[in-house]
Amino acid sequence: MFNALRKGFGLTGRSFFRRPVTSEYPDVKRQVQPRFHGRHVLNRYPDGLEKCIGCELCAWACPADAIYVEGADNTPEARYSPGERFGKVYQINYLRCIFCGLCIEACPTRALTMTHEYELSADNRTDFIFTRDMLLAPLPEGAQDTPHTNAEVEARGLVYYPGHAAQDPTGYREGDPSKGGNQPMVTPEGIVLERIDFEHRERSSNLGSSR
Amino acid sequence: MTEQINLTVDGRDITVPKGTLVIRAAESVGITVPRFCDHPLLDPIGACRQCIVEIEGQRKPMTSCTTQATDGMVVRTHLTSEVARVAQEGQLEFLLINHPLDCPMCDKGGECPLQDQTLAHGPPDSRFIETKRRYVKPVPISAQVALDRERCVLCARCTRFSQQISGDPFIELFERGALEQVAIYEDEPYHSYFSGNVVQICPVGALTAASYRFKSRPFDLRTHDGICNQCSAGCNLRVDVRRGAIQRQLARDNMAVNEMWNCDKGRFGYEFVGSDRRLADPRIRSDFGLERRTWRGATAWVAERLNAAIDAGGPSSVGVLTGGRLTDEDAYALGRFARDVVGTDNIDFRMRPRDGEERDVLAAVAGTQGPTYDDVEAADTVVIAGLDPKEEVPILFLRLRKAWRKHGQRIVVVGPSLGSLDEIAWRWIQTSPGAETDVLRQLAGDTDAALEGEMAEVAQAVRGAGSSVVLAGERLALSQGALPAAAALAVALDADAPPFAWVPRRNNARGAVDAGLVPGLLPGGRRIDAPGPVADAWNGVPTEAGRDTAGILEAAADGEITALYLVGVDPARDFEDPKLARRALAAVDTLIVQDTLENASIEHADVLLPAAVSQERVGSFTTWEGRRQPFPQAIPPHGQSLPDWDILNQVAGAMGHDLGWQTAVDVRREAAPLMAPAGGLAERLAAVPVARGARPAPGEDGELTVVLGDWLLGKGDMLTGAKELLATARPAAAVINTADAERLGLSDGQDVAVVGPAGQLEVALEVTDHVTAGTCVLPSNSTEITPAEIADSAWPLRVQLQPAGQPEEVVA
Repeated sequence: MFNALRKGFGLTGRSFFRRPVTSEYPDVKRQVQPRFHGRHVLNRYPDGLEKCIGCELCAWACPADAIYVEGADNTPEARYSPGERFGKVYQINYLRCIFCGLCIEACPTRALTMTHEYELSADNRTDFIFTRDMLLAPLPEGAQDTPHTNAEVEARGLVYYPGHAAQDPTGYREGDPSKGGNQPMVTPEGIVLERIDFEHRERSSNLGSSR
Repeated sequence: MTEQINLTVDGRDITVPKGTLVIRAAESVGITVPRFCDHPLLDPIGACRQCIVEIEGQRKPMTSCTTQATDGMVVRTHLTSEVARVAQEGQLEFLLINHPLDCPMCDKGGECPLQDQTLAHGPPDSRFIETKRRYVKPVPISAQVALDRERCVLCARCTRFSQQISGDPFIELFERGALEQVAIYEDEPYHSYFSGNVVQICPVGALTAASYRFKSRPFDLRTHDGICNQCSAGCNLRVDVRRGAIQRQLARDNMAVNEMWNCDKGRFGYEFVGSDRRLADPRIRSDFGLERRTWRGATAWVAERLNAAIDAGGPSSVGVLTGGRLTDEDAYALGRFARDVVGTDNIDFRMRPRDGEERDVLAAVAGTQGPTYDDVEAADTVVIAGLDPKEEVPILFLRLRKAWRKHGQRIVVVGPSLGSLDEIAWRWIQTSPGAETDVLRQLAGDTDAALEGEMAEVAQAVRGAGSSVVLAGERLALSQGALPAAAALAVALDADAPPFAWVPRRNNARGAVDAGLVPGLLPGGRRIDAPGPVADAWNGVPTEAGRDTAGILEAAADGEITALYLVGVDPARDFEDPKLARRALAAVDTLIVQDTLENASIEHADVLLPAAVSQERVGSFTTWEGRRQPFPQAIPPHGQSLPDWDILNQVAGAMGHDLGWQTAVDVRREAAPLMAPAGGLAERLAAVPVARGARPAPGEDGELTVVLGDWLLGKGDMLTGAKELLATARPAAAVINTADAERLGLSDGQDVAVVGPAGQLEVALEVTDHVTAGTCVLPSNSTEITPAEIADSAWPLRVQLQPAGQPEEVVA
């Protein structure tokens, strides 16, 4: 019996001198792990254009069917993203989201990433549906909010439309810049590539390669 | 029975008819060889080289889509042969060299054969490190089809479709080598009625539909079976729905009907379903305009007014008009409502062509199944009268063209216009408008004089050995005696099974005939004086025959008919004498309009009852062949709209008649035995009396007789909102003969004023040799002022042509 008492009071006594594990939330917020899966954000390019192209791959990947996307055409007067397509409607329902991050993996443009924000509460169900304007990242310094016009994009010295540089192939001649040949390629980020440096993987022959 | 041969595919023994392609033989035992260019309805070409298989005894691997199976052949596909597998993998790597990896952007992503087969059979990565070929994209090759040349794998499916199937070779492969690409000719957009099919058969995202651009992904879509509601061809459709809205319609395979194709009107003409012009709520006219009511309030009001009209003037003071757009169930429900509940026979579905003797033919045809698509395709000779298949029933045109191409079918056109059959017609027997009767009687051998020259040759072909089919369009009713003469020709060809088909334009005109929506007829082609089982099924059948459309409208204008019930029809625009129609609509005490869209007849409506369109409810449509095709519901009804049978059921209930229907299936179950034919087609057709046709009086000097053409894409209500589709419509034109143009001093493309007795309309002029001299083909519904508006009540309409912009002097 004395043994049991000693054990019990001993534990209490030891804990008395330990650092408390209780955190003073919400006055004090603890740092989460770097890869914590919090609320999503729809990222932008440095000039303010949206990275989302409305491809719906995130919605496709979502195991909880929490994401709803509708794509639409960019027009010369109203450009939301580089290229042809942008996400006109973007909704994530946080009552359904299980924060698995498969959407992040599926996103082909890194438009969708997750933040460290986890304080998601509301007093009615509709407020849990986050729409495009709530999810979009804040504008970077000096950037312009979407939509942009093509003229504004071109004034920044960028060509966002991938096919823009090519000419009609009836006049296209490789090696002749005046005919549209050897035009530098422009990445969606607006980086002008003289030559793409892919890792050149040697494979002796396709014959006999097994999968 | 063709010769059978034996071969082995992947060690499995297969017996197939001689001439079968290896890829088909493999399919027959469930072995799918990957392919892009191969399509079962297109000629083999071997363009994509993806279907390579190893064949024992051959030096190199062979493309299975171009190799015919031979007896004793031993084939090994990628499943068992390393050579075939490596060849296919290498081929896919080649195809992907210039294929952009913009799948996230591409509308085909998720249902793309190239994507799927790359995952299934492709190499894990590419050795291609150079810059890919880039083109300006997308190029609109027409308002409704966009071309991304970068994505094209040059399978030539689209160009083969346009050459072999539709016969509109507007797209072609240009350039050579790596720059080879699909393109259109300069200044010639891809304006084909069948252009949507190339979008569907494109194995990559090179051809995409403007109306579906970036709208959704395959996994968003709920797919429903559908039956096209645009014409009587009865194409089987796939209706793809996202969140209760139709995103697109595709052709569904039915080898007996539309094979794998449909026309652009059926494919892209669904925008009206969600248009702003849809009627959403029941409304009743009050001092404040058309006010919203509940269904109970509106139907009670309708019942009260109908009962009041019946009490005051008897059942014959009520008229019911409808079009050819109702489903079979609705048509039957309307027929029973008019005859059993109201007790009137004043009911007609025929807005334009109609005459007394037409009814005999319709009664004979009702409920029967005559020649089918397959019969038409197999026939050696086809006689076409009063019908322009490409403009009215486009899928029938594709069948005719297929038969012409495959076995040289002889197509004989009888009438004043060759229409769009100029490529495939074998002989065109020109007649003046309204004079088809004599030619048809001569072909049937019902003539005193011996035939000479071309007529003798045609009669020989039609009546000689080999099968013939007679296709009579609904326009034939405008020529006195022509429809019975066409039926008599079919009876003369085969008295036991007359190869006669009445081919209406509107999608369920045939169902309306089967349901007896013609004065004097009951379901199944029964006469009103011999109702048979209908008398037992219904509470009562009117004893005296009622008025037809013109009679109903005249009686309404004169005040004899006080209540007019319009179901899915717009007489103010579509009736042959719109002025009379408008007068009638204004004159009746009670005008009940039950429709899906706002139209010109609503102006005078006292009550509006919103009806659901076919995609919003279950039902069935009957093709021109008499084939009944049911379809399920794809989307929820717009607003408070209800199926037509349900509205009629509620009105009948409010009038004190319980029809006992809870669902559309109840209606169908009641209708099916009654809509079955009351007699065989052969004996009923043989009994139709054939009158000698009256020759129309020749017009005065310089006058041309108008022949109405129903062009596929016009100003019809069911094309509301389909702006990409309408952008490809054939521009309205007056089509006249070269000789007339020379005589009048007019030239092709010039704007002309068509001056009729009651007004004029301005259109472009089209000069051709494909209309008879002295006639002028005008599209019935492609101009703002329809030809009917410039006519007085006398039909046929005679007009004068003069260059546009001249002062009106001829018009009285």
